[in-house]
Amino acid sequence: MTYHADEKGYYGEFGGAFIPEMLYPNCEELRQNYLRIMAEPSFQEEFHQLLKDYVGRPTPLYFANRLSEKYNTKIYLKREDLCHTGAHKVNNTIGQILMAKKLGKHRIIAETGAGQHGVATATVCALMGIQCVVYMGEIDIARQAPNVARMKMLGAEVRPAKSGSRTLKDATNEAIRDWINNPVDTHYIIGSVVGPHPYPDMVARFQSVISEEIKSQLKEKEGRENPDYVVACVGGGSNAAGAYYHFLDNPDVGIIAVEAAGKGIHSGESAATSVLGKVGIIHGSKTLLMQTQDGQITEPYSISAGLDYPGVGPLHAHLYTSGRGEFISITDDDAMTAGLGLCQLEGIIPAIESSHALAIFEDRKFKEDDVVVVNLSGRGDKDLQNYIDYFKL
Amino acid sequence: MNRIKQKLQEDNPPAGRAGKLLSIYFTAGYPRLNDTVKIIQDLEQSGVDFIEVGLPFSDPLADGPTIQESSTAALKNGMHTELLFEQLKDIRKTVSIPLILMGYFNPVLQYGVEEFCQKCQEIGIDGLILPDLPLDVYQEEYKSTFEKYGLINIFLITPQTSEERIKAIDAASEGFIYMVSSASTTGSKEGFGAEQTEYFNRIANMNLNNPQIVGFGISNAQTFQQATEKTKGAIIGSAFIKHLTQNGVDHISDFVNQIR
Repeated sequence: MTYHADEKGYYGEFGGAFIPEMLYPNCEELRQNYLRIMAEPSFQEEFHQLLKDYVGRPTPLYFANRLSEKYNTKIYLKREDLCHTGAHKVNNTIGQILMAKKLGKHRIIAETGAGQHGVATATVCALMGIQCVVYMGEIDIARQAPNVARMKMLGAEVRPAKSGSRTLKDATNEAIRDWINNPVDTHYIIGSVVGPHPYPDMVARFQSVISEEIKSQLKEKEGRENPDYVVACVGGGSNAAGAYYHFLDNPDVGIIAVEAAGKGIHSGESAATSVLGKVGIIHGSKTLLMQTQDGQITEPYSISAGLDYPGVGPLHAHLYTSGRGEFISITDDDAMTAGLGLCQLEGIIPAIESSHALAIFEDRKFKEDDVVVVNLSGRGDKDLQNYIDYFKL
Repeated sequence: MNRIKQKLQEDNPPAGRAGKLLSIYFTAGYPRLNDTVKIIQDLEQSGVDFIEVGLPFSDPLADGPTIQESSTAALKNGMHTELLFEQLKDIRKTVSIPLILMGYFNPVLQYGVEEFCQKCQEIGIDGLILPDLPLDVYQEEYKSTFEKYGLINIFLITPQTSEERIKAIDAASEGFIYMVSSASTTGSKEGFGAEQTEYFNRIANMNLNNPQIVGFGISNAQTFQQATEKTKGAIIGSAFIKHLTQNGVDHISDFVNQIR
């Protein structure tokens, strides 16, 4: 039994490539080449060199002493917040920009919600001197001005997505439309483990460096490679996919996925896709998604822009329905409280996305000698205004 | 016999048309919620050969701004799958040309593929175009259901589709092949250049089993003529939606008459 993608990109019943014919050649080119290119020694060498010297990997696995004391268990934080650009997103963009170069592409497009993936993409395009266009919902552009400025400083063109609800899902639609209109010279860097095959698998593989490092670091600190639990927040699910990757097929490691409940799962303002979603097609992938009875995709809500996606990667849909993963939903309020808690106990200001993962310890109890690794996917600088407004700082 | 096949096999096309077929796409529920039946009737009376009725979707990936906006408006007007079936339930009392439903796969999946197909047969729908239902999934999971209810599934090809894949699509098709004129979303490019001429010639020389009907980029008599030189017909969508936006539903024949 494996929880990894099969060769057609399916995780159980989820995944695949539900794409119009216009996208078929692009996705097929990628599908036929991605594993071969990733296996090339020269690719691996350049990828790992950049992760080390440019991104700052390996990121620390930090034993959170005071947090562990408070919750009476052993909590380690995987410090993805210390990556260049402030989050795990850059692991994937480094991998994909190298992939794009190998495929001979001269132009990069990306979608972004809050702007983290857009910044990570603009960063690697600057690094490689490749033209970069980032699609961002008109509403997100207005509420994420600092990240828009960062992308511009890095030389990217930020194009507003003006259709539909003018947020992340619409930015993704616009990026896909751009790819349809530019099928030959352009590579689309998707920011999460979503989209048509091979994206979910490819992005998970680039992010899998997270769990690869957890294994060796834990061996050093605890004398064993496998934690009892790995905890990560899930929007589309890329940081979670990376944190789980090398533990997926090991039943001794518990997998905990934390979704955004927003103002409450059944409040009508939530992004808890596993609970509220039904099987359907979004952005070329068969997965769980929030939709009307008629199959129209609905707009999710979370205080955290990075968790504000109406679908979830097909890997996570499979982890949920198969029971391999334990899914927990955390409200805005509980996430914000947990975020502030980490600041005061450990001196680390987390991204609000990551704060959702930290919030589970209030209700989900662990044994005293359990080793629980929480993937701290990003830092909170980008969320300062939200923290200021919420806590009236 | 399925009306699509019948239409494609007609030996004696009306004089002056040189056997070239005109298909028109519109989004159900646009410009107003209850315009669907009138638009279909007027299109038939104007001499259109096929009609593609668009089932609006919240996230139409393959469509440019014109059809996107018509879909958003249609959904806002209150259009949904069951209502469209309700509006169309007596359509075969007044309309005899082939009717095709075009939309994205998710609403069909939510309705239930079998239930959807069954409803189509009851109404007298002849075929479906679901651009994001891939060939292999169709063949493995849904082909028998479509056939059970007498529905033809129309596949797309583009200038980037490989020869091998075109042959596979031709083998899987049994009506016509929807030939997307250029690498683009709907309504985003105007006019045809050397690239299209090369593409039209290349496909014509393949001598496929199924006739080809060209879509995307056709908006007037000139582009219709260019698109149909080597093919069986052409489809107009965005240009017709724009006409509806500007003129409402009272002057449909004016639009059709200027095309051919």
